[in-house]
Amino acid sequence: MKNNTLKIWIGIILTGTLAGFLSFAGCKGKPQSAGTDADAASKVYVSPGKHDEFYNIVSGGFSGQMTVYGIPSGRLFRIIPVFSVDPTSGYGYSEETKPMLNTSHGFVPWDDLHHPALSLTNGEHDGRWAFGNANNTPRIGRIDMKTFRTVDIIEIPNSSGNHSSPFITENSEYVVAGTRFSYPMDDAESNPDVSIKTYKQNFKGTVSFVKVDPQSGNMSLGFQLLLPGFNFDLARAGKKGSHDWVFFSCYNSEQANTLLEVNASQKDKDFIMAVNWKKCEELVAAGKAMKKKVKYAHNTYDEITHTAKSEMLTEVNVLDPKQFEGLVYFMPCPKSPHGCDVDPTGKFIIGSGKLAAIIPVFSFDKIQKAIAEKTYEGTFEGIPVLKYDAVLHGEVKKPGLGPLHTEFDGKGFAYTSFFVSSEIVKWNIEKLEVVDRVPTYYSIGHLCVPGGPTTKPHGKYVIAYNKITKDRYLPTGPELTQSAQLYSIEGDKMKLLLDFPTTGEPHYAEAIPASLIAPKSTKIFKLEENKHPYVTMGEGKAKVERKGNEVHVYMTSIRSHFTPDNIEGVKMGDVVYFHVTNLEQDWDVPHGFAIKGAANAELLIMPGETQTLKWVPDRVGVHPMYCTDFCSALHQEMQGYVRVSPANSNVPLSFSTGGSNQPEVKQ
Amino acid sequence: MLLKPKNMKTTSTLMALALAGMLYACGDSGSTSGSTETNGAAAPEKTEEQKAEHDNKGIGSITSVTLNNPLDEGMVKAGKDIYDLKCSSCHKLDGTRVVGPGWEGVTSRRKPEWIMNFITNVDEMLNKDAEAMAMLEECLVRMPNQNLTEKDARDVLEFMYKNDIKK
Repeated sequence: MKNNTLKIWIGIILTGTLAGFLSFAGCKGKPQSAGTDADAASKVYVSPGKHDEFYNIVSGGFSGQMTVYGIPSGRLFRIIPVFSVDPTSGYGYSEETKPMLNTSHGFVPWDDLHHPALSLTNGEHDGRWAFGNANNTPRIGRIDMKTFRTVDIIEIPNSSGNHSSPFITENSEYVVAGTRFSYPMDDAESNPDVSIKTYKQNFKGTVSFVKVDPQSGNMSLGFQLLLPGFNFDLARAGKKGSHDWVFFSCYNSEQANTLLEVNASQKDKDFIMAVNWKKCEELVAAGKAMKKKVKYAHNTYDEITHTAKSEMLTEVNVLDPKQFEGLVYFMPCPKSPHGCDVDPTGKFIIGSGKLAAIIPVFSFDKIQKAIAEKTYEGTFEGIPVLKYDAVLHGEVKKPGLGPLHTEFDGKGFAYTSFFVSSEIVKWNIEKLEVVDRVPTYYSIGHLCVPGGPTTKPHGKYVIAYNKITKDRYLPTGPELTQSAQLYSIEGDKMKLLLDFPTTGEPHYAEAIPASLIAPKSTKIFKLEENKHPYVTMGEGKAKVERKGNEVHVYMTSIRSHFTPDNIEGVKMGDVVYFHVTNLEQDWDVPHGFAIKGAANAELLIMPGETQTLKWVPDRVGVHPMYCTDFCSALHQEMQGYVRVSPANSNVPLSFSTGGSNQPEVKQ
Repeated sequence: MLLKPKNMKTTSTLMALALAGMLYACGDSGSTSGSTETNGAAAPEKTEEQKAEHDNKGIGSITSVTLNNPLDEGMVKAGKDIYDLKCSSCHKLDGTRVVGPGWEGVTSRRKPEWIMNFITNVDEMLNKDAEAMAMLEECLVRMPNQNLTEKDARDVLEFMYKNDIKK
């Protein structure tokens, strides 16, 4: 330990500003401030104009968004707005997208997205959807991987801090949502106004199973399980033989309500919870669930009307596992387990105690045997607790410090991230032996092997998503870029290939072969299919209509003019809606729209799409508007004016483009 | 490699012809069939002069077009609907240039194959066809690919003939 510490301190001096608070104890590698050798460069170099082999779908953390990178290059392609407003695209600002961020709390413009989950068929990536969790105001979002857009968001009632989410079952039957914070339930029968000190009596946990329609992907709340007041942390669904089960890690079995850092770290073991979702589903279908009155939003975006709608739902199916045998079991797991990962065979469940010096590996077959033989060490609030030794495949001894998450290569090896010792450790699942370790810079959280959580990992790389960046890039003041690191796992030894910066704090990520997504990517929206209620189907139909104090502008854009581009007769007190239809039908020709003084954002309108900007003029005068996305050689000419007159003015409503009062079409 | 377009600015007549050829077109570059409708007789005769100057069929999958006489009114209607939605922003039906040239007289100035190839294969035409390239030099806004199928383009062509008969 002393020698290691000495090496580390030399490293710290070499790298200058690295703070001493990082504990590198157990880190066996030599810090590499300069990165890596020239051979690595050729492995990540993607020539100009060539494409990457994988998409890396990365959580945007406290940005609330999801990000898309290429692997092996680490190039950023896109930030997909999910739970936070995005003034660049108008998401959350346009009239069409505002309903996507509606909740039972009203419009919520921000959240914290921790985990993507890619849709599966037979346990393998199918490239259809990506799901992501909202950690703060509990929700799950679904992104359509044809458009890379958020099309569905469902709120989770009776939940606070949706962390163990949206981990997905083997055929995308369900995505799950476990409450990180237990609290007094918010259904109509519960009393939420209780003293925090009554935690043990009044606080409950839930895990929810959100059903995914196999054709449309549309989400609905299948059922919830009412559980003891623990903190539910992470989850993974079973595979193959363990298909019917989902495993959740939970901490704070002490049920502390203050200073959890100390008070929730008292016990030697917390739990991994095994849930038989198939049995739950059967009970719900048989009408055995309680119907609880709750309030939660379900928001969907329609790519034909180019419009989102939000509906408020009021009922949820709740199962109390105390009342039914065979639904839920607890397995003791050392020291505040975080990661809870199922290997590609579905036979092993790996728990990672944040404070443990071992990694326990549970055997699904032994779990089934222990359940059948009722090998319990007791119960917790009426739920059976299986005996640790009876369900354990074995422990990996002295793997490192602070194990968090585990991914798999499909060749019998597991890759576990260690936050405290800042490294990735490769180990043999069957033999429980460490075979390699490599340092990360610095303090890795999640990690990702392409296809790592599936039955058929694609292997090739492991990517580290780090919590600390420090000196790895040019400094940018107190706030630094977030960062990831790409390692090759093709040989026996892991090898660092590349550092790449990320946006927001990257938590979990998945990587999927580009061939499963790229060929299906949407290029344009067909004008003929546009059913937006305010679409302008051709420039000849452009117009301006007054309805009381609302002024609706049916506007078209095409390289490089708006129709209409001169509007008069708007008055103070009016609310103006610009419904802009992009008449282009060619890939990569969006038009933008902005008007001076607008209190929201721009619109960015894809070919064939209609989007609406609301504008409330605050002063009399002539207000310019323009296209914000460089569209042609005459883009700078793509502009217009709106005249706003006093409320009592009698300037008639009129509109034009190119001189005549209406677009002229002679027959 | 590429033909230098002849000087279109020398006479006003040539200028008008050049602009008229700058069609508002659209592309379905994936389509492969070589010809379209085969019913009916030939289109109105052209003068020898027109044939001589404009026998360019353009670049694309359209190698021959059989014209309808009389015109197919169903196709005319379909073509007009497409025009209203996707073309009218930039092309007027008389000789007025807006972003692109007006359509009046286009069917007598261009081979039907050239028109359909421009509509369905716009990017390659703008990059390689000398006359299309000359139009781009005049207008400076690349004609957008409006994703018309070959059938759509044929309907638009029928509507162009209708438009020219009316004049």
